[in-house]
Amino acid sequence: MLFVLLRLLPGDPANALLSVGADAVQIEKAREQVGSNLPLWQQFLRFAGSLARFDLGTSFVSGKPVIEEIAARLTVTVPLALMGFVLAILIAVPLGILSAVKADRWYGGLISTVSQLGIAIPVFWVGILLVTVFAVTFRLFPSGGFPRRGWQNEGQALYALALPVMTIGLVMGASLLRYVRSATQDVLGSDYLRTARALGASFPEALIRHGIRNGAVPIVSILGIELATTLLGAVVVERVFALPGLGSMLLLAIEQRDYPNVQGVLFISTLLVLMIGFTADLTQRLIDPRLRERAVGGNA
Amino acid sequence: MTGTIIGFGKISGQGLRVGALGAATLALALSSSTAAFADDAKFDPNASITIGSLYEPQNLDNTAGAGQGINEAFNGNVYEALFTLTDAGDVQPGLVAEQSVSDDGLTYTFKLRPGVTFHSGDPLTAADVKYSIERVTSEQSKSSRKKSLATIGAIETPDDQTVVVKLSARSISLPYNLSYVWIVNDAAKDLNASEDGTGPYRLDEWRRGSSLALTRNDKYWGTAPTNGEVVFQYFTDATALNNALLTGAVDIITSVQSPDSIAQFKDNPDFTVTAGQSTTKELLAFNDRVAPFDNVKVRKAIARAIDDKKLLTSIWGEYGTLIGSFVPPTDPWYVDLTAVDAYDVESAKALLKEAGFADGFSFKLDTPNYDPHPIVAQFIQSELAKVNIKVEINVITANEWYTKVYKAHDFQATLQEHVNHRDIVFYGNPDFYWGYNNPGVVDLIKASEAAANTDEQTAKLKEANTIIAEDAASNWLYLYPQIVVSSSAVAGYPVNGLNSQFFAFGIKKSEQ
Repeated sequence: MLFVLLRLLPGDPANALLSVGADAVQIEKAREQVGSNLPLWQQFLRFAGSLARFDLGTSFVSGKPVIEEIAARLTVTVPLALMGFVLAILIAVPLGILSAVKADRWYGGLISTVSQLGIAIPVFWVGILLVTVFAVTFRLFPSGGFPRRGWQNEGQALYALALPVMTIGLVMGASLLRYVRSATQDVLGSDYLRTARALGASFPEALIRHGIRNGAVPIVSILGIELATTLLGAVVVERVFALPGLGSMLLLAIEQRDYPNVQGVLFISTLLVLMIGFTADLTQRLIDPRLRERAVGGNA
Repeated sequence: MTGTIIGFGKISGQGLRVGALGAATLALALSSSTAAFADDAKFDPNASITIGSLYEPQNLDNTAGAGQGINEAFNGNVYEALFTLTDAGDVQPGLVAEQSVSDDGLTYTFKLRPGVTFHSGDPLTAADVKYSIERVTSEQSKSSRKKSLATIGAIETPDDQTVVVKLSARSISLPYNLSYVWIVNDAAKDLNASEDGTGPYRLDEWRRGSSLALTRNDKYWGTAPTNGEVVFQYFTDATALNNALLTGAVDIITSVQSPDSIAQFKDNPDFTVTAGQSTTKELLAFNDRVAPFDNVKVRKAIARAIDDKKLLTSIWGEYGTLIGSFVPPTDPWYVDLTAVDAYDVESAKALLKEAGFADGFSFKLDTPNYDPHPIVAQFIQSELAKVNIKVEINVITANEWYTKVYKAHDFQATLQEHVNHRDIVFYGNPDFYWGYNNPGVVDLIKASEAAANTDEQTAKLKEANTIIAEDAASNWLYLYPQIVVSSSAVAGYPVNGLNSQFFAFGIKKSEQ
């Protein structure tokens, strides 16, 4: 499916390899090299065959194995997404609960208002803002780039990721906060909480014992979706901060019609998303025993 | 960014940028080709210089479609050629110690510099040179320069230090053309991902998507670099690159593409802005084969109806230069032709009337979708409306441009930036995309290449240049500036970026 859609794009990948002065022989050679001279179905058979062997092929442009380059890029994107994700949870969960519980206080309202603003502001804008304040003005963090030796120098790598992680954390945190808030509100209005309190539990006790577990179920599925979005959506942040991640690789590969690279990135991304979805499902089952019973009992 | 992949020369690695300092200081610029410190400044001989660039190479081989970025990083730094194109635009001997040319101009004998070794330790021999030239002219080569070496018939290697090149026709530009043929070790494997050159730096590490690091070659045959290490840091976003310079993450930006960003560096003592002309020309190219552009009067009328100066100012502010033809001031055959078909709306109207278009006409302008073309198209649209010519702007991608305009010649008029140095020869090729066909010019350009000496070559090309301008073969809107911005702690870098080269060996960083 992906394969055919990609080939429908106008432009021959061989063009990206050639200069403007190229003659017919050079063009034909280049087409042979990238295989774009073959009929589509033959190109597809080649692709499917190597995929079955877990071989993602070699890049048209760089001539390097696709999997190698993806592996190098993942060392940037995965830590970036995961750290941003953790930061988002750290921001969203306490503030979300607080704003639901104390909705009538001034700070409850303030938190919701700020989070609405956070959702409205695009990611790149947050990134540019953070760079202007923390990198250009105060010189606290680097404005972009990733250390040449990568994670061999952990301190530097973390330092380089500070602002990108903050950007993702803030933006994702703001949208997550809304979900946490509404889940908490549901819990607050629920019968079981009232019953728990009627049975003598104090409000915080009831909330912690029954509320969090109940409220967490929908949140976990949202978290799964958000994490997947961040992994794939890191492209904007990677561009603003000049990070050599998966997103920027995809963007470049599309511009160059480097189909093996595009297919490779999409394949790996799909795998990652499926894995995240699976983990989110498992987590939900761990949290909520009813889901487990339903799964075992079939029609409970 | 899409545009930089296929845009003229940028796809091809033949991006030639010859600049001098800004128009106001042109005379000064020609006398000094590098930015320099005050003489007494102390520099760190082992400094690491970080160079910020938007042009990451696709691979490491300039005959395999690596793009202009590889010339920037490797020309003169990692690989050397038989001849060197200096930043000032002269062709000087590189790995050649002595050369002699036969009287008929068809046999060139080169004696190689003795004692030169590759980074792998192998000595440089004539066989390596033969191999290197044939790599560029071979069938597999994707080099944009292949055509210009087509006159090379045979290469002989009578001994290890002597190379004899036999030509099928005189080629006065041979030394110039050889300046972009990297001399590589004929035993080297996988030049896509590694290197084996003779230059002052060896490749340390290439992290695709991020950076390319060169480290000093301590066994270099020539003058040792004035720094210990050079790291090219690649960006896809110009703002991110500017921020990196502002925060000290990079020392130099090789080529600033957005005029707006210059302001933040210009009046700041922490930075040095060096501005000049490039060889990048913004063109309104007509399809001279089709009506109404097969009519000289129509082409001249359009040239007169567009206020180039206003256009240049609105895009580049005080930077950039007006040109009256395809030849920039840094080509040896430059003639000031800005007075030919200068801005004059009334005479444009008169010419259109003579040509039978008193009521105007309309045409489709194929406009590449990246800067500055869309803005230029709108400007042209509003200018030509004044002489009753309706412009329909058709935005296309760089890849479409290549297929539709360049290959299929299926267009009426288009916008394009031409980055090449010494590229007036395109007007001598009637099959080129713009289809300009003047037998006089074709002959002059052919004769110029067969000239016995450079004076004769220059005279012929000057004549061709003047005819092209009089014919308004295309409409040459302006010449881009070439702007390098650096931290004031570094100096000694090339300001002209000729042939996209960026010689790093003379860069000095002050001790801090």
